Amino acid sequence: MLDLKDISITFNEGTPDEKKALTDINLNLKKGDFVTIIGSNGAGKSTLMNTISGNLYPDVGDVLINGRQVVHLPEYKRSAFIGRVFQDPMAGTAPSMTIEENLAMAYARNKKRKLVFGVTKKRKEMFRDRLKTLNLGLENRLNAKVGFLSGGERQALSLLMTTFTDPDILLLDEHTAALDPSRAALITELTKEVVANSGLTTLMVTHNMQQALDLGNRLVMMDKGQIIFEVSGKAKRGLRVEDLLREFQRIRGEQFESDRAVLG
Amino acid sequence: MLIAMFGAVESGIIYAIMALGVYLTFRILDFPDLTVDGSFVTGGAVAAISIINGVPPVIATIFAIGAGFLAGCITGLLHTKGKINALLAGILMMTALYSINLRIMDTPTLSLLNETTIFTQLQTIWGNTGVDQALNGLLTAMGADRLPSTWAFLIVMLVITITIKLVTDFYLKTEIGLALRAIGDNKRMIRSLSANTDNLTIIGVGISNGLVALAGALIAQLGGFADVGMGIGMIVIGLASVIIGEALFGTKTVARATIAVIGGAIIYRMIVTVALRFDFVETGDMKLMTALIVIAALITPKIVHARKEKQRRLQKRAQLHQHAKGA
Repeated sequence: MLDLKDISITFNEGTPDEKKALTDINLNLKKGDFVTIIGSNGAGKSTLMNTISGNLYPDVGDVLINGRQVVHLPEYKRSAFIGRVFQDPMAGTAPSMTIEENLAMAYARNKKRKLVFGVTKKRKEMFRDRLKTLNLGLENRLNAKVGFLSGGERQALSLLMTTFTDPDILLLDEHTAALDPSRAALITELTKEVVANSGLTTLMVTHNMQQALDLGNRLVMMDKGQIIFEVSGKAKRGLRVEDLLREFQRIRGEQFESDRAVLG
Repeated sequence: MLIAMFGAVESGIIYAIMALGVYLTFRILDFPDLTVDGSFVTGGAVAAISIINGVPPVIATIFAIGAGFLAGCITGLLHTKGKINALLAGILMMTALYSINLRIMDTPTLSLLNETTIFTQLQTIWGNTGVDQALNGLLTAMGADRLPSTWAFLIVMLVITITIKLVTDFYLKTEIGLALRAIGDNKRMIRSLSANTDNLTIIGVGISNGLVALAGALIAQLGGFADVGMGIGMIVIGLASVIIGEALFGTKTVARATIAVIGGAIIYRMIVTVALRFDFVETGDMKLMTALIVIAALITPKIVHARKEKQRRLQKRAQLHQHAKGA
């Protein structure tokens, strides 16, 4: 489904600020894989996400989706089949437009936008049905401007908007990090449901090790622009946070920067 | 006074088309586009030179729209592909257009007084309908002594402007229109929803300037001349119309906002007409007045809001104080 081959990126090459953001990244996701990525700040998680979404072009390497080379495709073209939820709850929705208009924009993601009404009666029904699955009562507020919603509601809406055209790849970029614990738990729950129901191929970045263990069937640990540890299936299920920390120490010969990551 | 007001409404309805264009860039795209000062003249110049060269006035007006659209697209290109700041891109285009407009006209002013324009054609058709007599009869019955020479321009322009408004409303509700609105609201989001923001911005600024050029073409034909300086301060007038309209009529929905912009343009013209009747106001003062109107319209709501907030807090405090005393 998603194939990353030998991806390397260096920022500010040849200057004192030179930084190897990614070095020889190889990652292969099969259809339906749900991979969580952990790592401290500067490990290259966001750079990796941006490379997949098309925000950044790698210096070398290939990005293949369904066997198709997309590495030179700009972001807006890739986003026809890649969905992304950002960390900032404000980033995924348009505040001065209504809920139904936001959904209509998301609905047009994998089609060519045309000169026809974005919100039709038929679509409204569908939007309402999909909003009901969030259990937030948003289905009764189709005409409310999104700017009036709370951060949690907006993030739930972003998640729905990103997933309801069934993208080939779903990118979740620390999408619960900016929410309070109960809202974060709600979004995590919704994520689990949506991914399970639609069998989406998902890549999730998180700072929360417990979350990384709870969700998904594969886990990837990154450090200094490299993938240093991978675990999947049964082996992942038995893992605890302490095991991850020990693993990091064994590989790197140093303590995990625990002050930078949420352990619990 | 009645006649003056009549003229104000008449030209206000035409300027409303320009204001709708300004609304598209300033409010919908969040793109402060200063091309307007130039593209307004481009519209007038292209229409005038075409008419003088024997092109039928309606076709000449369509040429004007095309020229404005093109100018706007170039500004959009400068901004999106050239990565030039929006304000600067507009200023550059406006400056370039000054020379281009002079080239188009070949002289600073073109007279259309002896030419057939959209309005002279309209008057010929209108003459036989008898609408003027009926409406003027009504005015005489109401006690007016001086009567407008024709209602043709007012009524037909109103129909055209409202049509443009309705088309704009529809456009902004289509899938493409929604994406266009999202550019001004959350560009990053709509890009992540597979919209080509560059192309949409270019087309959006193009359409905006097409409308502005249409207004320029109509004003030139109504006034009987095109002048290379007729666009000076046009952007501020457009802005004044948008802001006045929004303040008076609200912006709850797109349809409401566009009607507000039209209302704002007409009211702006009326304000100008009233102001010019004072002896100490000279025609040249108008730009200063326009700037002052915009500044006032921008600042007043903030002052009013701050006042209200202060009052509310004072009241709360007083209540608490009284409570404490009572207890």
